Amino acid sequence: MSRYRVTSLAEHEWRYGAVPPCGRSGRTRPERLIDVVEASGLTGRGGAGFPTGRKMRSVAGRGATVVVANGAEGEPASSKDRLLLARLPHLVLDGITLAADAVGACEAYLCAHRRETGLLDLLRDAVAEREAAGIDPVPIRITGIPGRYVSSEQSSIVQYLNGGPGKPTFSPPRTHDRGVRGRPTLVNNVETLAQVALIARYGDRWFRGAGLSSAPGSMLVTVSGAVRRPGIYEIEMGTPAGQAVMLAGGPAEPLQALLVGGYFGAWLPARIAWPVPMTPAGLRAVGGALGAGVVIALPAASCPLSETARVIRYLAGESAAQCGPCLFGLPALADAVADLAYHGGRRAGTGPIAALIRLTEGRGACRHPDGAGQFVRSALRAFTADVGRHDRHGPCRAIRRAPLLPVPGDEDRDWDWT
Amino acid sequence: MSYRLRINPIACDGHGMCAELLPEIIELDRWGYPILRSPTVPPVMAAHAKRAARACPTLALLLEPATGTHR
Repeated sequence: MSRYRVTSLAEHEWRYGAVPPCGRSGRTRPERLIDVVEASGLTGRGGAGFPTGRKMRSVAGRGATVVVANGAEGEPASSKDRLLLARLPHLVLDGITLAADAVGACEAYLCAHRRETGLLDLLRDAVAEREAAGIDPVPIRITGIPGRYVSSEQSSIVQYLNGGPGKPTFSPPRTHDRGVRGRPTLVNNVETLAQVALIARYGDRWFRGAGLSSAPGSMLVTVSGAVRRPGIYEIEMGTPAGQAVMLAGGPAEPLQALLVGGYFGAWLPARIAWPVPMTPAGLRAVGGALGAGVVIALPAASCPLSETARVIRYLAGESAAQCGPCLFGLPALADAVADLAYHGGRRAGTGPIAALIRLTEGRGACRHPDGAGQFVRSALRAFTADVGRHDRHGPCRAIRRAPLLPVPGDEDRDWDWT
Repeated sequence: MSYRLRINPIACDGHGMCAELLPEIIELDRWGYPILRSPTVPPVMAAHAKRAARACPTLALLLEPATGTHR
């Protein structure tokens, strides 16, 4: 965190102005901000891409509610939320205060991984600065949550804040009906809330000035892999995936594919991925997902199957082990993909892997098995030639190349769910 | 009154009673967890479905009116 300079409250207000009196505390009716956010067309930047205004409306006007800002970035290849929180904490905190005001919240939380103590300290300092200035009518509590992949799912966060383990729950009840302390709860990604803070200041027409009419605004993307300047970039919604790679300095060596959307996203052959617009619909159309805006460039010299095998093994280990089909299905799927990548030569085709995906999809309380299945299915589709070669002749030499996709080691995992 | 079935996958421990009592609608996967062939329960099967839901040791099989508001 020390690499980044935190923007102080004074600097923040000099740059953006004070928090606009948009909601309950302002002259206009409390729902005014929700109208503006709805008109802006902002969608969630955490992965699901749900319309933010509609989500706020489903919680508003139902008595005392709760706002939760989700900064627990579970995706190993994403770091945009950490960067945003570390550089511009007050923009996110403004968004929390505005959202709390608009939905009538009596409590607000900002959650990040509990092992990121530097980030949590920085956020507590930022909240203290605001408390001294009397900015936030609803107190914002900074809370560290378990750092597991599924712990940043919204029902996991709610269950954790209610004193339970950071694991997904069965729904209904959904968090917007019954969340923290049984109150209707708005869970938004921190980038989404930062966008809310900008929309409250500059308006929905300003927001629509960037991006597409069907997917307006800008988004943060984390570009990594074989690119010259890996990092976090802001792009307009609808920017082609290839342009995101070019922003990051372009390919560092010849590429064969992009992984777009992270580990619940999809592999796309480079030629297909290059023009694909970075929007939820654009990526859905090619069998992928926008997710939290992760783009990883895979070199032609890498083995895509061994990369996929490592990630699906990681995802299998990240199951909360609550639902049978995920608990047993994902390790079986990881075994099958590892067998194809590292042994191969069985001439079994992709049938056994496809059958395991079908056996796990849609059968968990959360979408963990579905995301993992989509990821493996995209590998079978994008790398048919590699799949065929491994299946007929055994593994390629590239399996010995140093792995590219980041997978946390056991020493970096948070083993305690409670 | 028509009904639909749902499984709470967190509560389900794969005892398999449901598949024994309602094989027309429920089969078990290779690990012993139930798969619904179709969530809708034909009226003639309603009594059997009720029996299966009551017999689940972990109350993971949910029988709900088909016109419910929940997805």
